[in-house]
Amino acid sequence: MIEQVDLSLVNWSRAQFALTAMYHWIFVPLTLGLSFMIAMMETKYVKSGNEEWKRITKFWMKLFGINFAIGVATGIILEFEFGTNWSNYSWFVGDIFGAPLAIEGIMAFFLESTFIAVMFFGWNKVSKKFHLVSTWLVAFGASLSALWILIANGWMQYPAGMHFNPDTARNEMISFLDVFLSPLAINKFLHTIFSAYTISAIFIIGVSAWFLIKKREIMFAKKSMLVAGIFGLVSSMYLVATGDGSAYNVAQHQPAKLAAMEGMYHGQERAGLVVLGVLKPGYEIGSEESPYYFKFEIPQLLSFLGYRNVDAFVPGINDLVEGNEQYQLLSADEKIMRGKVAIATLKEYKDAKESGDVLLTDSLREYFDENTPQGKEFLDEYFSYFGYGFLNDPKDIIPNVPMTFYSFHIMVGLGFYFVLFFMIILFFTWKNVIDRKKLILRLAILTMPLGFIASQAGWIVSEVGRQPWVVQDYLPTIAAVTHIDASAVQLTFFLFAALFTALLIAEVTIMIKQIKKGPNEGGQ
Amino acid sequence: MFEIFSFELLQQYWWLIVSILAGLLVFLLFVQGGQTLLYTIAKDETERSMLVNSLGRKWEFTFTTLVVFGGAFFASFPLFYASSFGGAYWLWTIILFSFIIQAVSYEYRSKPNNFLGKRTYEVFLFINGLVGTFALGVVVATFFTGNGFYLTQMNSVRWDNSLRGIESLFCVRNLSLGAAIFFLSRTLGILYFMNNIQDDPILKRSRKHLLINAVPFVVFFLVFLVWTLLSSGFAVDPHSGTVFMEKYKYLNNFIEMPIVAVFFVVGVLMTLWGMTRNMVCSAKPEKGIWWSGIGVILVVVMLFLVAGYNNTAFYPSVSNLQSSLTIYNSSSSKYTLVVMSYVSLLVPFVFAYIWFAWKALNRKKIDRAEMEGDEHMY
Repeated sequence: MIEQVDLSLVNWSRAQFALTAMYHWIFVPLTLGLSFMIAMMETKYVKSGNEEWKRITKFWMKLFGINFAIGVATGIILEFEFGTNWSNYSWFVGDIFGAPLAIEGIMAFFLESTFIAVMFFGWNKVSKKFHLVSTWLVAFGASLSALWILIANGWMQYPAGMHFNPDTARNEMISFLDVFLSPLAINKFLHTIFSAYTISAIFIIGVSAWFLIKKREIMFAKKSMLVAGIFGLVSSMYLVATGDGSAYNVAQHQPAKLAAMEGMYHGQERAGLVVLGVLKPGYEIGSEESPYYFKFEIPQLLSFLGYRNVDAFVPGINDLVEGNEQYQLLSADEKIMRGKVAIATLKEYKDAKESGDVLLTDSLREYFDENTPQGKEFLDEYFSYFGYGFLNDPKDIIPNVPMTFYSFHIMVGLGFYFVLFFMIILFFTWKNVIDRKKLILRLAILTMPLGFIASQAGWIVSEVGRQPWVVQDYLPTIAAVTHIDASAVQLTFFLFAALFTALLIAEVTIMIKQIKKGPNEGGQ
Repeated sequence: MFEIFSFELLQQYWWLIVSILAGLLVFLLFVQGGQTLLYTIAKDETERSMLVNSLGRKWEFTFTTLVVFGGAFFASFPLFYASSFGGAYWLWTIILFSFIIQAVSYEYRSKPNNFLGKRTYEVFLFINGLVGTFALGVVVATFFTGNGFYLTQMNSVRWDNSLRGIESLFCVRNLSLGAAIFFLSRTLGILYFMNNIQDDPILKRSRKHLLINAVPFVVFFLVFLVWTLLSSGFAVDPHSGTVFMEKYKYLNNFIEMPIVAVFFVVGVLMTLWGMTRNMVCSAKPEKGIWWSGIGVILVVVMLFLVAGYNNTAFYPSVSNLQSSLTIYNSSSSKYTLVVMSYVSLLVPFVFAYIWFAWKALNRKKIDRAEMEGDEHMY
């Protein structure tokens, strides 16, 4: 079987993947958003013939290039780590998960890498229109890449379009469309991509604000702000709208994550949405006390957002761990027991097959065939809890509540702030007085890190919030990890941390220098 | 269309695609080879910039091909991905690190305030050129020499050696292919410089170093090839799936698949001709890379076919023969292979636009004047 492994290995493997993903996500949002805004700026240049727009385009393209390189560097690590650190996962669901990765490479990476060369080196070698098309293709390729990897991630949160094959001991794809068009995956893509566009727009506005404060490159900065302001406002509004879709999908498929996001221990009908609150540290599952020191909530809104019904019952952490008969929620203990039955049945099947007992093999195989009565019952009642069989403690099904709760609220709060921020920036830019609004310009610079903080918080909600699962309900992290000494992963963790930090410092110092040089020199 | 293919045919089709990607990757390692020659071919800063900028316009193709090669392997033969990457942890991690440091080096090398200094990024490029090529060669060699691992009942990999892949470096046959790939990448790098750079001193020095690198490549490759052909290989009984050792297995595969043997020989001859013509003939030095490049692709594809076709275990286990991976026991399901096969129809289109963009950028060779222009520079 997939044996249990020591927790330190799982934790170090998770830490390494989280480290890589978080560094990767510092750079990728800028790649995604800047590429589109650069394409818009270049379109303006090609249509108007105004050299100022070319100068603007080349400046932001320079910053895009500096950022793109390190995004590529951190991206390849994630692909490797699926194999090096999560090899059981790679086999257990590789039949489904591998396809989006390969499609991403064939469809998106080649598009990006081919036309990025034209974008940077083709100014004097190809026609204006060819160059513009290349820039748009880079932008399109970057977002296409995000589409496929986020579909893969969405599938892990809500596995669909698959069945379990006991002979290969893995899940296999039976419907590509169910994987590709999973509502959760589509929403995840839209929410993530708009967050990236929002961060990029904040970045351009922040850098432009710096030029205005320094009274340098006034026209350049205003034009850049206008493009980024419009792009950012539209993106941030979609970001909020798709955030609602995300919450709805979480409620439908990941109730423990929703409960952690809201710090909700006691399930209730007409549940309110906590807008602001402070959790009591060390709060125990099963306690009757309130988990909050204080909270400010909007009545019934959580029920409505999660179930589109203000009266709906929203299960809390206690309901999920201990079960709730009234709402037909199984306890975690019961799920663990059923999962262990599923695992034992699979082992029995494999043993029978290995020993050549054809009769027993055939009879056990029927349990995994949904077209037989015993198969339908076994798959619905037992195998759907397969992953729970690897857990030992009912409390294991609950993610880190404070981390998920605070990350969620930081993300949501900043998301709404960004809409307001773009409105203010656009208003003053439109009025052509933005260069005189020192306070707003300083606010724009201070907002730059907030975009990254919101986005990282969003990923913490998504990934920490779905613990202990790598694949929801089917594979916990403890069963997905590669069998290797924890010390090896510890060592690579620190090697990666040192390397990423050095590269991040290099990126930031180079970028600051290029920004200080400005579009006249920096655009060369 | 692909639905009517048998499962076996789809598995063979995907092994062919993985083989072609491997061939393209080895060809594109000319970027890595070129990176190890920055201080050999170039004698001053301008010349070095010409080399870096010449390679810098192609490095992403190599990088992307590596990523797509990995992705395609994952999608089509996930058990290999799980077993090899999860098992040979340190060997793959070394390869990974060498490519991480490459990815930033072009862009950051000549930028002011680059934190680590220009020379550090050039060292990064050298490390990538040396370690990346050598280690990839060693990994591929283990397709013929095997690794010590076994698979549990649930296909979870257990690696025998705590060195997790580093032990592959203690096998001389593995080292010979690693060295062959290293010198091949340098040779191809030189041929690429001769194709892409318009500069007499660089051309002259390139020609001189062509011989210095081509000879060790041929020697190391022959050592690996002859040794492999004369060794026992990992055969599979097509009926029972049992893996067993067969004398001269890889030689037999060439004999039993004569088309593969013919293409292999043609590939070898084209590779050698590309190198030889550029050594002895001063006319049209840009042609050599194409002869050798296409030749290398053919050779690598045929070696992969020999490793995986004709009832052969392509990722053999020396400690537990029955845990060896074949294209039949390690592949994705038929449904996934069908889906992926439709996606593979995009590949010719991808090649077409790469060719189109490449041609557009390469219309004019890199020269000293361009280094002083206002274009984007590495």
